[in-house]
Amino acid sequence: MTEFAEWPTIELPPPGSQPEYCHPPYVSSVLRSPRQPLILLPKALLQCEGPVFGHSIVTASDSDLTGQHADKPVGEPIIVHGRVLDEDGRPVRGALVEVWQANAAGRYRHRADQSGMPLDPNFSGAGRVLTDASGRYEFRTIKPGPYPWKNHYNAWRPAHIHFSLFGAGILSRLVTQMYFPGDPLQPLDPIFNSIADKDARNRLISQFDINRSEPDRALAYAFDIVLRGSHETPTERAER
Amino acid sequence: MRAIPSGSQTVGPFFRIGLEHLCGGSDPEPSGAVMVKVRGKVFDGNGAPVPDAVLEIWHADSSGRYDSARPDDRRRSPCFTRAATDEDGEFGFSIRRPGSVPCEMEVRQAPHLSVLVFARGLLRHLMTRMYFPDETANETDTALQLVPEERRSTLIARGSGSEPGSLEWNVVLQGEEETVFFAW
Repeated sequence: MTEFAEWPTIELPPPGSQPEYCHPPYVSSVLRSPRQPLILLPKALLQCEGPVFGHSIVTASDSDLTGQHADKPVGEPIIVHGRVLDEDGRPVRGALVEVWQANAAGRYRHRADQSGMPLDPNFSGAGRVLTDASGRYEFRTIKPGPYPWKNHYNAWRPAHIHFSLFGAGILSRLVTQMYFPGDPLQPLDPIFNSIADKDARNRLISQFDINRSEPDRALAYAFDIVLRGSHETPTERAER
Repeated sequence: MRAIPSGSQTVGPFFRIGLEHLCGGSDPEPSGAVMVKVRGKVFDGNGAPVPDAVLEIWHADSSGRYDSARPDDRRRSPCFTRAATDEDGEFGFSIRRPGSVPCEMEVRQAPHLSVLVFARGLLRHLMTRMYFPDETANETDTALQLVPEERRSTLIARGSGSEPGSLEWNVVLQGEEETVFFAW
């Protein structure tokens, strides 16, 4: 890191809690990761506020991936819910959460998915939701299937849902993946294991939630997400 | 006790499914606003184009303010857009030219775009900046001053010969002309 003594710089995440850019077991990272040191900027240069997304950016059907077509998709219906929090444990309100995933057979609705697994005419695999006043989100979907990929011999991605989140500013931006408990592919997956710290890695695994499951309808998984920074509103800041 | 931020993971090759709804055109062109078109390519460490990257462009408005107004019915932010690369690694976007962000704590900021780079192969997104070629304020910009002089040009767009008013700017993930990226 290049440091500049004159101004306070940002605090970087604890070692091991984020992946290294170059993680050779994930072959695609080798030629796509910078080799030059990243430059550390003064905090004052990273106060860039995030885009604000109004409620019209999401509709009710955006949070129900099982209800976007004429029929129900094939697969195990699930509810995924959780809270989006900041580093102080405060809820991040009105955060845009975008999700995308493979169908129950492990196939993405994308022309580059050459896995040969079947498409489901009743499943697009994309959703969006804004967090409520307590930082909570919830969406309905089907459990995605694991799928083969070309990283190494007999490589399979563990079942996962892609998450993209916006917080208050540019440092809060996060793209991650949510995994499922008890998946035997996790220890073999170079993307999951790119996070060196075991606890940090395991926080990407959702928890089965029988209390939130709905009889005869859907099982539930809970997944909380922590964004960088502090997300107090200007009013809250003034009140402190 | 402070909570540790959740770990980042790659967007993978199929991000268009979830992210494309915010690609293309950040805002309706207001009358009188100066629009800037930027085109470029993303390259990997072998100089090969990267066909599965998506850039996020975060910027101030023409008066140097970020997106602080909050009309609830607005679908798109005027200070944000996304641009995904095509099969040749090319991206393009059109935005309202940002003004200078007011100084804070003596740091100086020339008009610029903050750019986040996501791609298959990137386990954590990269953060960089694009500056404008015809800005004298670049000479006193704090972020540019922190970059070794010989690498500064990777952050400054070039005027495009083919189209007046449009700019070219490439993102090189690795190698000799590697773009400067900032720690986050």
